[in-house]
Amino acid sequence: MPLIRLHQISRRYQMGGETIHALREVSLNIERGEYVAIMGPSGSGKSTLMNLIGCLDTPSSGQYDLNGVDVSQMDDNQLADVRNREIGFVFQTFNLLPRSHALHNVELPLIYAGVATVERRQIALAALAQVGLADRVHHKPNEMSGGQRQRVAIARALVTNPSIILADEPTGNLDSKTGAEIMDVLEALSEKGNTIIVVTHEEDVARHARRIIRIRDGLIASDEAVEDRIRPASKQPVAADAPRS
Amino acid sequence: MKVASELVEGVRIAGGAIRGNKMRSGLATLGIVIGIVTVTLMGTAITGLNSAFLRSISSLGTDVLHVSRFSWFINSHKEWLKVQNRQEITIAQVKALEEQLTLARAVAPYTEWNTPVRYKNRSSRRVSAVGTTEKFQFTAGVNLAQGRFLLDTEVSGGRPVCVIGSGVASNLFLLESPLGKTIRLGEYPFEVVGVVEPQGNFLGQFSLDNQVFIPIQQMLACFTRQPFTSIQVKAISVEKLKDCEEEVRGAMRKIRRVPPGADDDFSINQQENFISTFNRVAGTIAAVGLFITGLSLFVGGIGIMNIMFVSVAERTREIGIRKAIGARRRTILMQFLIESAGICLIGGLVGLAIAYPLTFVMNHFLPAQMSLTAAGAALSVALITGVVSGFLPAWRAARMNPVDALRNE
Repeated sequence: MPLIRLHQISRRYQMGGETIHALREVSLNIERGEYVAIMGPSGSGKSTLMNLIGCLDTPSSGQYDLNGVDVSQMDDNQLADVRNREIGFVFQTFNLLPRSHALHNVELPLIYAGVATVERRQIALAALAQVGLADRVHHKPNEMSGGQRQRVAIARALVTNPSIILADEPTGNLDSKTGAEIMDVLEALSEKGNTIIVVTHEEDVARHARRIIRIRDGLIASDEAVEDRIRPASKQPVAADAPRS
Repeated sequence: MKVASELVEGVRIAGGAIRGNKMRSGLATLGIVIGIVTVTLMGTAITGLNSAFLRSISSLGTDVLHVSRFSWFINSHKEWLKVQNRQEITIAQVKALEEQLTLARAVAPYTEWNTPVRYKNRSSRRVSAVGTTEKFQFTAGVNLAQGRFLLDTEVSGGRPVCVIGSGVASNLFLLESPLGKTIRLGEYPFEVVGVVEPQGNFLGQFSLDNQVFIPIQQMLACFTRQPFTSIQVKAISVEKLKDCEEEVRGAMRKIRRVPPGADDDFSINQQENFISTFNRVAGTIAAVGLFITGLSLFVGGIGIMNIMFVSVAERTREIGIRKAIGARRRTILMQFLIESAGICLIGGLVGLAIAYPLTFVMNHFLPAQMSLTAAGAALSVALITGVVSGFLPAWRAARMNPVDALRNE
């Protein structure tokens, strides 16, 4: 059973009197442990696809099974619970709470999950240590560099041990060196078996993944394994894994 | 567990938000502060008025019936036309009634006559001479500060003696004791045999201490042959008051020869009538007063709602983040409700802190005292105002679509 199974998913928006077809009957499977990049120019529907996969939005038609559960008909609160359990978001603009220090930012998903205070703290500290920020736990976002902020965001995404880590342009607001560091972290997470989906329009970022799905005009234009994968840790291209479908 | 930790988180965020916008929160709170101060003071004033009234009214006695030609409360001109020709109550009727009653402890006539009073070169106006009998001491519950009340022999013999109120005593006698002195009511001399304890005034209208009690015979002899007389009947107990009233009604009808089937040509008044009428009036005053002061609280609440809308709008992105990582509608709703309730609660506390000393000022005019209940009520009202006025903004926040909220800059 695939982790993500999209079956003929469509998403339409009403804009004034016009109906915009952001996605047209897209079908897609992603297995547990995959490292996938979703690419496409702006307006292609990749953001819509990401929002749907991330359970931030529901499809106009079609079925979305996440981890064997149909989430396409869920209401607001059920989706919130699914996001809390199954999805870890990493955003382009980090989206940390500005008034809270790193530890509290990372703890937040656990608060919503109802984890007890002591346990929560331990898990959050471990997650921060994992992204190399053990010495920055009481810093607020404005006291940290962009790379550090994005690491906090990754720690926050990891902390509930979600099925998917969904990164939307994770390097978009970072210089190339810091961006490479962040891709390093994602690579390490992938190697530990996490399912990672990166949404990007940068070829260099996408080529860190093992599979690239290209979206155009609300349809999947191509879906193929990456031949010349970038392995940022070694800075060496590595032969791609077996193709997936 | 989950709700508890969300609650703690909510309090944390609210604290941060309020601290982060001190000026704004402070100004928004001002409306609530003013609202709470006015409502609390109004409430205290109303309670004070009520207790002042009850204190006054208690001089009427809970177990005393006041039989009189007219009801204390004539509500319309029509009613007045109907009752204006009733026959006077005479002293003979008082005597007859006294003889017939079995459920009465004491029966006393009460007649009043305004007259100046003099002692040597000092005089006092606005004094009423009250013609009555020795029984009045029981019906009216008179306590004496000095001397004694009228004796039955003095009353039956129509002796020129009097018992004076404390106000009269302090007006006429500066240093000497009034006992044994002769004062003049109008031109008639009366010997003072007793002084009544201070009783205060009745509903702030007239002073019960400016009365001089004389035997009823003297009233008839000196001032008027046909005084306006009412009868005070003290029942043997509060429980028997109702029975006693019926007995009085029966006896009076017989004495005054009211034909069977005709209406009473007299009225039996009691403290109860006063209280129920007062409660009607006071209830209206309280309702109107609290409504008007409540308006200021309402305006304060609108201010809070406004500020909460601003708070929600400027934290749209934060709401998006929280929703993305798993906050339910309830969580977001609670977060903003706690914030608005917190602002209002602070307003309520500040309001109470301001209102409390003001009640001491008020206490000079009214028996005003802020009770713990009133303080608790004020805080609850503040809290409710916060929750109610925060609800709409919080609900808007809770229902936000996470995609749109995250896109917000």
